Amino acid sequence: MIDLHGFGDQLLQGAVVTLELALASLFVGLILGLLGASAKLSSIAVIRWIANGYTTIIRGIPELLTVLIIYFGATSVLMAIAGLFGYDEYIEVGAFAAGVTALGLTFGAYATEVFRGALQSIPKGQHEAAIALGMGPIRKFYRIILPQVWRIALPGLGNLFLVLLKDTALVSVVGLDDIMRKANIAVSSTKQAFLFYLVAAFMYLALTIISMVFVSYMEKRASRGLTRG
Amino acid sequence: MDFSVVVEYFPRLLEGAWVSLQLVLISIVLGGVFALPIALARISPVAWIRAVPFAYIFFFRGTPLLVQIFLVYYGASQFDAVRESFLWPVLREPFWCAIIAFTLNTSAYTAEIFRGAIQAIPQGEVEACKVIGMTKFQMYRRVLLPRAFGIVLPAYGNEIILMLKGSALASTITILDLTGMARTIIARTYTPMEIFLAAGAIYLVISIVIIAIFRQIEQRQNRYLGTLSIKVPDKG
Repeated sequence: MIDLHGFGDQLLQGAVVTLELALASLFVGLILGLLGASAKLSSIAVIRWIANGYTTIIRGIPELLTVLIIYFGATSVLMAIAGLFGYDEYIEVGAFAAGVTALGLTFGAYATEVFRGALQSIPKGQHEAAIALGMGPIRKFYRIILPQVWRIALPGLGNLFLVLLKDTALVSVVGLDDIMRKANIAVSSTKQAFLFYLVAAFMYLALTIISMVFVSYMEKRASRGLTRG
Repeated sequence: MDFSVVVEYFPRLLEGAWVSLQLVLISIVLGGVFALPIALARISPVAWIRAVPFAYIFFFRGTPLLVQIFLVYYGASQFDAVRESFLWPVLREPFWCAIIAFTLNTSAYTAEIFRGAIQAIPQGEVEACKVIGMTKFQMYRRVLLPRAFGIVLPAYGNEIILMLKGSALASTITILDLTGMARTIIARTYTPMEIFLAAGAIYLVISIVIIAIFRQIEQRQNRYLGTLSIKVPDKG
């Protein structure tokens, strides 16, 4: 068995933090993606421009830079806003919150494109049928449109989640105690860099495999309404 | 916010951008060279030849680039054998470690893109080559690879953009690329927002230029198709 010098459970704790960060960012990103896709398909030009600007900028900037901008910038932005309301204490944004914001924004920008494609692929007849049954716009969206969009978007979203999972490693740069930082700590005390980074790599690989299995289960579930033939 | 620091340090940021570009260019070229044999082995009919590139691609696509960089830069120096070997002058330099990590990473992604493109070529064209009596080598050189090149372009352009964004990670092993330079400047001026936003803008401009160049090449390469559009396999 490989000797981890007692850092095994530290690394596992890191894996929990990595997973929490990934799931929280996924949640934020899915909401941003749906909003972004609706904005891109909006009939109001200004909303479309905002959505286009958001996806272009986020997708053109390195994820590491986004993390750094949010981590160092959010403090000054929040303090400026709080200053307007007469609050002058120092506000600190934690690494986790900054990570969720940065990765959520990144995931949201890519998910916008996935959702937009899926929304556009729903036949017009589905909308008309829902309206003919007397559904309001919100009920139509939840009962008819969203389940179909979900099925079409799932493979794309699954890929994005795998990218997100790997991007969580970047948040270790601003000091979040994830797998990567735990590995760094282990390396600095044991000097066995190759061993611990390789273990970290295989932990990410394991998380990737678990996610892939879960996504394919979700895909099967989402398309259970389809009859093959 | 005070953007005069951006003006003052802009030449330094451009220096960093040049390092980023070097990293991307060298790794993309080397990665492309390695990717072709990997892709061809990946579609081999022999199972054990297929298995090796499969494991390679799976590892490099399934783990964060940051881990890969640290494995090369910090990991390699753990072994005395490496430190005493002729490779040490190369593996001691952060720049070459970044190049090695990026090349390994991008060759895995590019191999998958190449494989998708080769497999996207209609079976009829392969059969046509055989009917004419081409050897396997001729078929690849004259028909399959040039065709694959045209199909590959959009996905390959994406991969270069991803590599550009990945190159920011070089700053974590003390390289003064665009991000590294920005962090150094910030340590001196303490104006994170201004400098990071300026660096982001430079990345954005570089991406836009790359996208424009690829659109040009694409139009040229696929000009025989006229207005027909071809289906490109999605990058995983």
